[in-house]
Amino acid sequence: MVPLMEWVNIILQGALLGGLYAMFAAGLSLIFGVMRLVNIAHGDLIVLAAYLSLLATDAFGLGPMTSLLVVVPLMAVIGYTLQRGILNQTLGPDLLPPLLVTFGLSIIIQNGLLELFTADSRRLQAGAVEVASLHVADGLSIGVLPLLQFVTAIAVIAVLQLVFYRTALGRAFRATSDDQDVAQLMGLDNRHVFGLAMALSLAVVAIAGIFLAVRTNFDPAIGPARLIFGFEAVIIGGLGSMWGTLAGGIILGVAQAIGAQLDPGWQLLAGHIAFLIILAIKPDGLFPKVQ
Amino acid sequence: MAGTPLLEVHGLDAFYGDFQALFGVSLRVGQGQVVAVLGANGAGKSTLLKSIAGLMASPREAICLDGEAIGSLRASDVVGRGIALVPEGRRLFPSLSVEENLLIGGQLGRPGPWTLARIYELFPVLEERRSQPSMSLSGGQQQMVAISRALMSNPKLLLCDEISLGLAPIIIKDIYARLPTITAEGISLVIVEQDIVQALTAAQHVYCLQEGRMVLEGTPTTLTREAISAAYFGV
Repeated sequence: MVPLMEWVNIILQGALLGGLYAMFAAGLSLIFGVMRLVNIAHGDLIVLAAYLSLLATDAFGLGPMTSLLVVVPLMAVIGYTLQRGILNQTLGPDLLPPLLVTFGLSIIIQNGLLELFTADSRRLQAGAVEVASLHVADGLSIGVLPLLQFVTAIAVIAVLQLVFYRTALGRAFRATSDDQDVAQLMGLDNRHVFGLAMALSLAVVAIAGIFLAVRTNFDPAIGPARLIFGFEAVIIGGLGSMWGTLAGGIILGVAQAIGAQLDPGWQLLAGHIAFLIILAIKPDGLFPKVQ
Repeated sequence: MAGTPLLEVHGLDAFYGDFQALFGVSLRVGQGQVVAVLGANGAGKSTLLKSIAGLMASPREAICLDGEAIGSLRASDVVGRGIALVPEGRRLFPSLSVEENLLIGGQLGRPGPWTLARIYELFPVLEERRSQPSMSLSGGQQQMVAISRALMSNPKLLLCDEISLGLAPIIIKDIYARLPTITAEGISLVIVEQDIVQALTAAQHVYCLQEGRMVLEGTPTTLTREAISAAYFGV
């Protein structure tokens, strides 16, 4: 039997991991919300951000956290350019072209990274913070890094929420999402608005990618699985709800942690099962957006 | 109408795919003038307004504002030149509150008389409802938001597409009673209406569209009821 304290520990670790999944999901949800685009390359863009951070730490001797200062704006620029250059041309009444194009993009990114960085597993070294932990109670301590990751996730979602509901940019996002034609009558160029949304999404992706790279080994092929985690967190939480996305990430993380405890092979399976159960009970997710 | 008109539409054709909706339509709107465009359902009235507002592709020279050819501009650029459209069916942004709908109308920051304060003076009820979701308002109040949202861009020319649609007669009368306040700021109006009586009372110049062609124009005083009815119903 696993002692009670250990279960508390497992659930806590799972919840903290959920913060990372929520960050995967937030960018995905934002893009779907603003322009009804399902970005199949989302996971690969997370991995791309991880490699960019690796380059930045290698080339400039930056720490992983300081590399955010370079990688976040860089990914935002990549997002804007990608949207204006390619993705805007795929948007229309038909949902299939953006799916196909981002699927192709996913393959291109994976193979490009494979060509440049080989299939070897890499990892970002964060130094002493990786092993630092806070002692909470007997048999229960929290890693500083997972905690930092979780706090960052909350901050990211709070900022997104603020941007969406308290700024002119967020107003433009919501208006364009409501009615593209009428938004143009307000002087909003939807090509530009979508570019800004993708820039914001990839800025979040950059933060998620760096935390992923510090937390675990990564290689060019792990993107699609991150996409699935992101999707599952979005669906569990309910489309269009940022805080729901955080809840979705936590549920997924806790389910995976419990599964892994029961049997190491069950980690991913347990997450998918939790997702399927919630999908069956509440198809709209736990916190669907009400209008 | 002396000098360069504010808006000049010349020989405009418009298409939905293979279907031609407008055939060589011409129209002039003078500074500060109120022009009504009448016609039955499907005559091309909304298409004409959408073309002027830039929501439908047009040849560059077919539409001129203050002598500048603007036909090929996108809708988001047209509003910056001073043309605002109140779309048919109001089409407020459901995710935005009343005040957010107004603010987004003014987001380009074109200078002019229309500010939130001025709008709330024109439609005081909107100030009471400023924080409410836009769709929680009554139809008449929603129409006030739609008109105000367009005014917030401080246009020279306001295009109104069936602002009486689906509203009670008393509300229609109330909304039309505010139009002189708007034109008093020097704004020109193009009113598209099925409600002929309202339109003829408000307008100084009337055009009739029939199956995509301009079939009649004149002033409300010179055009007879019979002529308008004939143009309207195509009999």
